[in-house]
Amino acid sequence: MRYVEEFRDPVAAKGVLTAITEVVDEIGATRENPVHIMEICGGHTHAIFRYGLDRLTPPGIEFIHGPGCPVCVLPMSRIDECVEIAERPEVIFCTFGDAMRVPGTRKSLMQAKADGADIRMVYSPLDALEIARRNPEREVVFFGLGFETTTPSTALSIQQAAREKLSNFSVFCNHITVPPPIKTLLDDPHMVLDGFVGPGHVSMVIGTHPYDFIAQDYGKPIVVAGFEPLDLLQSVLMVLRQIREGRAEVENQYARVVPEHGNPVSLAAIADVYEPRPSFEWRGLGEIDASGLRIRPKYAAFDAEEKFGVGYGAGPRVVAEPEGCACGQVMTGRIKPTGCPQYGTGCTPEMPLGALMVSSEGACAAYYQYGAADEAVEAAQ
Amino acid sequence: MCLGIPGQITEITDADRLMAMADISGVRREVSVACVATPDLNDLVGEWALIHVGFAMSVIDEDEAAKTLEALRGLGEAQETLEAMADGAAAVGLTEGAQ
Repeated sequence: MRYVEEFRDPVAAKGVLTAITEVVDEIGATRENPVHIMEICGGHTHAIFRYGLDRLTPPGIEFIHGPGCPVCVLPMSRIDECVEIAERPEVIFCTFGDAMRVPGTRKSLMQAKADGADIRMVYSPLDALEIARRNPEREVVFFGLGFETTTPSTALSIQQAAREKLSNFSVFCNHITVPPPIKTLLDDPHMVLDGFVGPGHVSMVIGTHPYDFIAQDYGKPIVVAGFEPLDLLQSVLMVLRQIREGRAEVENQYARVVPEHGNPVSLAAIADVYEPRPSFEWRGLGEIDASGLRIRPKYAAFDAEEKFGVGYGAGPRVVAEPEGCACGQVMTGRIKPTGCPQYGTGCTPEMPLGALMVSSEGACAAYYQYGAADEAVEAAQ
Repeated sequence: MCLGIPGQITEITDADRLMAMADISGVRREVSVACVATPDLNDLVGEWALIHVGFAMSVIDEDEAAKTLEALRGLGEAQETLEAMADGAAAVGLTEGAQ
């Protein structure tokens, strides 16, 4: 228990780990025949590696890292479209810093900025709104990406822009939703998934009912979890207890932050501004039905795809992956990051080839950051 | 960018636009309180909230705020968020800063 001392409450952590070991034994799960638990959220993936939870828990548990890092699932074609918009001379292109190094087929936003495009890293779409107010002669485009946690922020920003009649602000919408890719993974005959740890901050917005299908239609347990390592361990224990007892329910370990029905103001803003796209492309997973959002026609004036004639309406789309990149297989749990031939050689956090190496919430970056150190420690022992 | 960070609401700056000043790990940042608005916005002053990309998303108690901040610091996410806030302020032109 090398990392347990780092826990806020090591005694509680040890107690939960003991209980986890007992349940794993009762289920009869072993290294050869493990229980497969997917943590959906990239923040949870990061925490699992940071605190070594995959090593603290018994070998009868195998964590499968889910598609819950919005930067990691961005397809190259969307980065190309960002670059196309950003390179227009009248445009100030605003983005979260996380997206700067994601490779496109031509270049990343970082490279486009070095080549002279006016690309600015912002913290919030509210920053982009303020840049638009201060630069009425320029077109300000915000790169809207993220799951349901982030979607209300751009919806509310578009509503605010509409109220102010700002004509030089638009959003390039890449918002995606959590449930559809989970359904895709559950429908994949190659995937073995016994239970889920559900995302915390996404659920703060959408509540717990959007996961009902996982329990009701697929008979799998899911527990919505907080971000402290102890939260994660408790959630894993709750999933295991459901498996032991043959239950499949949606449980909420993070009820102190996640209300059952979500945040009503956020949900109303999302419903007012956005509608589902027929389908949206995910890196490594391909096109998934109704998994992405687009701006409703009544807000078309704030839709960068409409304004600049790029994106889904503009023509046939090519699904491109970088040569030799195995992000798709990693994302679907078919191989571990270290199983990719490019891992650590052709693809590093400094020079990423695939998106999973870009963000600290990507499985490959987490392996690279924490895995190398672990292997060194094990070798020394 | 996926995780919210705890901040304490210190004053309402623009009631019409539902904007407030928050203290986020010692950094002052104007945030939207649209998602947690109360009939009298001043009731929010002094409250802790999870703030995600400039929007207060959920009111939490002080102990939860402390625990969440500790978890985010452990992951390096708190530092990343504070850097992103500095980048944002520089991009808007509120501060001098390299982009």
